[in-house]
Amino acid sequence: MLADMLQRLFERSLDDQVQAAARDGQWQPALWAEIEEMGLPLALLSEDQGGFGLSNAEAGEALRLLGRHAMPLPVAETMAANRLLAAAGLELAVGPAGLARADDCQRVGDRLTGTVARVAWGEQLDCLALAVGDTLYRVPSSGWTLAEPGTAANFHPRPTLTIDWICDAAAPLPYCPLAGGATVRAFQIAGALEAALAMTLNHTATRVQFGKPLQKNQVVQHELAKLAGELACATAAADLAQEALVRRDLRGVAAGTLRAREAAGAGASIASQMHGAIGFTREYPLHLHTTALWAWRDEFGGQVMWAKLLGQAALDAGGPGYWSMVTEL
Amino acid sequence: MSAIPFPAPPADSAAVTALRAEFRAFLDRELAGRSPRQRSDNWYGYDRGFSRAMGQAGYLGMTWPKQYGGHERSAFERAVIVEECLAAGAPVGAHWIADRQSGPSVLKFGTETQKQFFLPKIAAGEFSFGIGMSEPDSGSDLAATRTKAVRDGDVYRVTGTKVWTSFAHEADYVILFCRTSGTPADRHKGTSQLLVDLKKTSGLSIKPIIDLAGQHHFNEMHFEDAVVPADMLLGEEGQGWDQVMSELAFERSGPERFLSSIELLVQLLEVLKGRDSDAAQITVGRVTARLAVLRRLSRSVAGMLQEHQDASLQAAIVKDVGALFEQSLPDVARELFDCEPDPRSAQAYAGVLANIVHNAPSWSLRGGTREILRGIIARGLGTR
Repeated sequence: MLADMLQRLFERSLDDQVQAAARDGQWQPALWAEIEEMGLPLALLSEDQGGFGLSNAEAGEALRLLGRHAMPLPVAETMAANRLLAAAGLELAVGPAGLARADDCQRVGDRLTGTVARVAWGEQLDCLALAVGDTLYRVPSSGWTLAEPGTAANFHPRPTLTIDWICDAAAPLPYCPLAGGATVRAFQIAGALEAALAMTLNHTATRVQFGKPLQKNQVVQHELAKLAGELACATAAADLAQEALVRRDLRGVAAGTLRAREAAGAGASIASQMHGAIGFTREYPLHLHTTALWAWRDEFGGQVMWAKLLGQAALDAGGPGYWSMVTEL
Repeated sequence: MSAIPFPAPPADSAAVTALRAEFRAFLDRELAGRSPRQRSDNWYGYDRGFSRAMGQAGYLGMTWPKQYGGHERSAFERAVIVEECLAAGAPVGAHWIADRQSGPSVLKFGTETQKQFFLPKIAAGEFSFGIGMSEPDSGSDLAATRTKAVRDGDVYRVTGTKVWTSFAHEADYVILFCRTSGTPADRHKGTSQLLVDLKKTSGLSIKPIIDLAGQHHFNEMHFEDAVVPADMLLGEEGQGWDQVMSELAFERSGPERFLSSIELLVQLLEVLKGRDSDAAQITVGRVTARLAVLRRLSRSVAGMLQEHQDASLQAAIVKDVGALFEQSLPDVARELFDCEPDPRSAQAYAGVLANIVHNAPSWSLRGGTREILRGIIARGLGTR
């Protein structure tokens, strides 16, 4: 149901022009208005919280669709930010939102100062769900200024913000924003890989070389099989992260996000290679997905950060405790 | 939709959680004296005593009807037992093939007499099976099978050669895939399956094939006018191809497709104790993420089997990705800890490393080569 609505929205309102403008950092108010109208920013909330009360599977499908269609606006981030704000009992965002962790922010009295690095569409947001230590702040846009511009691998804005705000909205942190962000990114990665596989299957079926479609070559078939394997892993990884987030188990989130990040790189590489030079151009839409994969896989905590978290848990478990730990993830 | 769907695995019920705890206690007792090197044999460990203990405790034939000695548990519960065995390095070889594929094939295609004869003995851990598929000229290309069985009154007379039969020198029976009419040019047509007694069949000789590690798992089975009672035909004459594909589906769907080298990871964590480094954390973290996701995919397959869905494509993906994972672990270990592999070492780590290095090549061969699996997946994607 939600998936059908999203599908129609993307077909109607997400075209090459929108994508090109978003790459130039231009906010898309008409598209965002449609997203608001659908209630998407609250999609991950329970019905009690005013959300859709989606099952894990439905939420995952919606988030994968955002990736599959290379949604350029921070919809997934807003969904994740609202889920976190709601869990903390803070007021929800009125418009696009972000979520971040910035432990070097300083709070003196009621005044919070510091910087938050690389916030998706930071200058356009209504508010930021910002974790500092064990506290979650709901920082409104009046509480920050631009420190320096930044750009993601898919050319969407990632400005660094200077926070200077007299706090009036704070609560104990329910879970780490990086976990919330990494989980939605894992689904987006899976969605982008769905698109990459579909495009690669189509291209290799229709592109004829040496008198036959590329797909009739066994070596090409094997690459397609590998891509399907990476997609399966990314999808399962996102589901795993999501279930772990619900349990507030950072190790499980780490396992899911790490494997999805790995699939992002491996999958983008296969899809690019199977497309040949056309996949390296802006005129053919594969780049929307490959560049997004290269952006998303390093956001909301890096690979090293997450791997160290999970690796230390495994080292602590030691040989005899290892399997038991794996079965808890 | 081009993606191959993996439904979310069923959450562990209270019964599954209890079963896992109960079975871990059983394994702790049964495997107390088993060395790391022995554990690293994974399902190549062969111990009739252990299999009998499994049978007595009710852990074999778990999903089969009680009237045949089974326990009417779910496919998912069986998957728990299987993954716990593999993770612990239990010596499951004496019941592995019987419990996984031969028994289910008998249950699906066998006569009432066959079911009553074979299934209770398998479920009790008394009957051990081998696989009778590959031939010298017919490995991945199973339809090229040449072993011939000619009906002669109440018996079949079998002539031909099968290879790579694990434990034929120990086991009681194999399910023999053979040709009952026509020639190899007929491909899938005219093939059948026979239940062959490995101990008492006249005209059957079994010779060892020693693997590169110097170990004897494999055998060559030579049939020279060997006599097999006609009532040992499994299923229908001429339907062997469909039946053997069904048997392979049982074979390809389990967690043994990514846990073969788990003991190396366990021993690596032991040698890394007190040597924590960024590299160790990062590498172990990434490997653990791969393992956790493979396990989830495998549990998804178990859930599909429980719902009687066709999981053959999903199983092919798990096996393809899983074999790459288990084969990667020696290099992962070598990045973190210097040690020369030594197959005769008294030190746990060096011995386990050698055993894993030696056996790793077989993991993307047995049960369908990497190339065959990728062909299956590609076909599932609609490429041919």
